[in-house]
Amino acid sequence: MALSADSMRCGEFRTSYRADTTIFPTPMSRNFAIAGVLVLVLAPLFLNAYYLNLLIQIGYYGIAALGLNILVGFSGQISLGHAAFFGFGAFASAWLNNTTGLPVILCIPLAGVMTTAVGMIVGVPAARIKGLYLAIATLAAQFILEDFFNRAAWFTGGSSGALADPMSLFGYTFSTDQSYFYLVLAFVVVMYLLGANLLRSRDGRAFVAVRDHYLSAEIMGINLTKYRILAFGVSSFYAGIGGALFAHYLGFVSAEGFTILLSIQFLGMIIIGGLGSVMGTLMGTAFMVLLPEVMDGTAGVVSQFFPGFSQGLAYLKEMAVGLAIVLFLIFEPDGLAHRWKLIKAYWKLYPFSY
Amino acid sequence: MAESGIGDVILNVDDITLSFGGVKALRNVSLDVRENEMFSIIGPNGAGKTSLLNCISGRYHPQQGRIRFDGTDVTRLRPNRRCEMGIGRTFQNLALYDHMSVLDNIMVGRHHHLRNNFFTGSLYWLTGARREELDHRAQVEDIIDFLEIAHIRKSVAGTLSYGLRKRVELARAVALRPRLILLDEPMAGMNHEEKEDMARYIVDLNEEWGITVIMIEHDMGVVMDLSHRVVVLDFGEVIADGAPETIMANPRVREAYLGEDSDAEVA
Repeated sequence: MALSADSMRCGEFRTSYRADTTIFPTPMSRNFAIAGVLVLVLAPLFLNAYYLNLLIQIGYYGIAALGLNILVGFSGQISLGHAAFFGFGAFASAWLNNTTGLPVILCIPLAGVMTTAVGMIVGVPAARIKGLYLAIATLAAQFILEDFFNRAAWFTGGSSGALADPMSLFGYTFSTDQSYFYLVLAFVVVMYLLGANLLRSRDGRAFVAVRDHYLSAEIMGINLTKYRILAFGVSSFYAGIGGALFAHYLGFVSAEGFTILLSIQFLGMIIIGGLGSVMGTLMGTAFMVLLPEVMDGTAGVVSQFFPGFSQGLAYLKEMAVGLAIVLFLIFEPDGLAHRWKLIKAYWKLYPFSY
Repeated sequence: MAESGIGDVILNVDDITLSFGGVKALRNVSLDVRENEMFSIIGPNGAGKTSLLNCISGRYHPQQGRIRFDGTDVTRLRPNRRCEMGIGRTFQNLALYDHMSVLDNIMVGRHHHLRNNFFTGSLYWLTGARREELDHRAQVEDIIDFLEIAHIRKSVAGTLSYGLRKRVELARAVALRPRLILLDEPMAGMNHEEKEDMARYIVDLNEEWGITVIMIEHDMGVVMDLSHRVVVLDFGEVIADGAPETIMANPRVREAYLGEDSDAEVA
């Protein structure tokens, strides 16, 4: 049977290496992603401040969580101090802006670079230790940085916290949820593209090689010390950017926000989203941000029928987060990203899904 | 065996001794490997063959003695530095990156040839990283064609059969474009057909690609057919060093390794 030019394609066939190394596996998935961003661009026209606030949270937490996923999911190390890096980025950006008067748009990436330096120092033990021992070393970093936030009044304003001016560009101030949403969206798109590029090029492969088999990675010419510390550096850069966006959104930074609890939440985001998955990180972040809100909403409805129910709500929210992590570990250890793949595979084969 | 392409000494192992506590894994081992040679190391289990390979690739550092590669003393160098100098290897127990695709596994072998880094790699389109990646992808495809693994290039390495994984590991080591390749039991656990294929690849690597090969192998038939020279280790000592025919005739070797029954094949 001769194939004509207009015969129906039965698959995605690539004819160049370039087409074989794209971020999105098919043009269709790329177009969907672009459409998704366009829908988000229109979102402020329809959504009120409450929903925009949630989306902005997903944005800055999502950037920081991607950093943690590069460290944990891709390079196979562990960090219990990610919230401290997030906090450092927040304070650093506010401090830079307040002391040097640099515009916020420059302070945000500079804060990322400063956080990178701190992260690489914290990452130095990683050259020597792994697993649980590394977890404890990063836990120490978490507490040391928290203490630093409380004491270094010149940098953080001490226990009273620091003020962070809103972002302004060409005389326009991003002080409303609507405008700040666009800023965060732009950062998310850029940071996720950078992350996806990193992971499909040389150093990203080196991270995964160190994770999967560090002995043979070394034989393949990969400097283990360099890449273990570099993973901490890249991870903290993302944390710093996320933290800086957080600071200029809230306008006020205080040390209480960056406790070990937030570190655990970051870990929850990437476990639920999928370790070693870029898009999964965003899904996991959305899940973790939205879950308490959904719980709130449901509890509100339920308490109309069972008065007194809302009193137990505070516990219920915390429990729901814990329960979600446990359930994911048992039923979907590869996270939402994997579930999403299964759903796509199901529809691809539908109705012959056996 | 034709000795035509064999050149100067490329690897010189000079009187190395390696011990773990009281156990001496290698005692005063010396050997020379010449450029373009197919060199085999045989010996009973626990004779120190893999320890010797680990000393050459840099995983172990001998307490005594020197290792020179291409005239440079590499005894104290880390494995990744030796890799950059042109020493590649495969492992006895598979050491692939199990969650990566076959293609990415082999691309890792190009690591020290690639120049893009975390920064230029992140800015993929703007810094020439894409062009570089694609150039090297084309070279990796040549290796994939050579080893006939094109059909599995997108498979996740951990899901492949044992024989294929061995082949991917060889591909990854070849991607380093080494001058010297160390093969630790490349044919262990393979059936006859797979062994024939592997033998063909190794001969081609040696003859067409001009790579010097040091191989540990237990299949006597393969060793005697392929090698230019064979070294026999027993209890960490070199007990014989010479052409395959002289090794087969050496009474000490027959006693230590082959057994008095000369037709016994040690699996």
